[in-house]
Amino acid sequence: MVTHDAVWQALGEIEDPELPIAITDLGLVRSVEIDEGMVRVRLVPTFVGCPALDLIRERVHRRLLGVPTVHAVDVQYTFDEPWSIDRMTETGRARLTAHGVSVPRVHLAEPATCPFCGSTDLVLENPFGPTLCRAVYYCRACRNPVERFKPPADVLPVPGR
Amino acid sequence: MTNLWAAPDAPAVVSDAASRAAVRALLLALADDELIVGHRHSEWTGFAPDIESDVAMSSIAQEEIGHARVFYDQIAALEGTSADRLAFGRGPEAFRNAVLTERPNGDWAFSIVRAWLYDHADAVRLRTVAASPLGPFASLAKTLLREEKYHVVFADAWLERLARGGDDASGRVQRALDTAWPEALGVFETTPDTEHLVRVGALAAGMDAQRSRWESDVRPRLDALALTVPAGAAAVVGGRQGRHLPDLGMLLMEMTSVWRSDPEARW
Repeated sequence: MVTHDAVWQALGEIEDPELPIAITDLGLVRSVEIDEGMVRVRLVPTFVGCPALDLIRERVHRRLLGVPTVHAVDVQYTFDEPWSIDRMTETGRARLTAHGVSVPRVHLAEPATCPFCGSTDLVLENPFGPTLCRAVYYCRACRNPVERFKPPADVLPVPGR
Repeated sequence: MTNLWAAPDAPAVVSDAASRAAVRALLLALADDELIVGHRHSEWTGFAPDIESDVAMSSIAQEEIGHARVFYDQIAALEGTSADRLAFGRGPEAFRNAVLTERPNGDWAFSIVRAWLYDHADAVRLRTVAASPLGPFASLAKTLLREEKYHVVFADAWLERLARGGDDASGRVQRALDTAWPEALGVFETTPDTEHLVRVGALAAGMDAQRSRWESDVRPRLDALALTVPAGAAAVVGGRQGRHLPDLGMLLMEMTSVWRSDPEARW
């Protein structure tokens, strides 16, 4: 018999392809339904245009087929309710910070904290970065470039301030 | 992605064949605009004026194409085809993008003016869909609006920078606006499908009303930058009916060449 615990544990072993964070800590898993050996997973993307979506779906599909007694897996993205940064767990935030990525609490417009020196004297250099979900800042205190996790925007920052 | 036509909150209106076809046409226009403008933006990768704008324009391109894919996925779900086949397997006459999106880049000023006019227009129509009774399609539009905001901020900043630059920069922006404005009006081309959606209450605002909203949004900003909107310019329409510049054919030849070499290949 397939249990929710077994499925969630398996999902927790799947890393995001672009950042060192489990997809469960990133908050990508919206729901899990189990019907005998059939598992239905609904994922919510951080950014709809993210090029990693197929890869994440395949990883989920493959990993769940490895859970004992699971014989069918249906993985789909849903947009019922958009992803927001409060879906990220504290574990996820800590992992990204340790990796050198600053993570805002609510939105990008709030003051940024440098993951290296803790200063808040950061300027936004570019709202676009190496992936759709990251912006690039510069820390005036320790003079390091800083990547910051970028949630889809409701409130926007002003570049250079 | 989940099939939105079959979602629990799918609007009743799509159970009617004519309305379903009209929603499909709306999605196709959105998708084709996003794909083609995304492709044009992507042509700046490696060539933009500085590294920040190169990264930004490339990211915006990637995101527009990603948004196109979401819409194509929904059309594909309706017709048992695939997003790739819709994107790569059609000739120019089957595309429903506005002419604005297909015009070659020319200089950076043109690309910025085009991106600015387009992103503000896209915001108006996404807000219209988001406020519509189209259920899951409205939810999708709301989600996309949050992502598109970053494009608008980028285009706003660059338009201001160029318009307030020297004579060369502001002159290029004005010339770009002279070309792009009538084509931007064509984003809001009325078709029998858009009229149908208004008639059945699926959209609260028709294309003319959306165009007025957009104009009241962009005109004061252009005035403030001392840019002149071409007086009495007629909208360049036809894109929504498959009438395009020869440039779209060239773009598609290049964009689809790999796919056409083996349409059945799995990537």
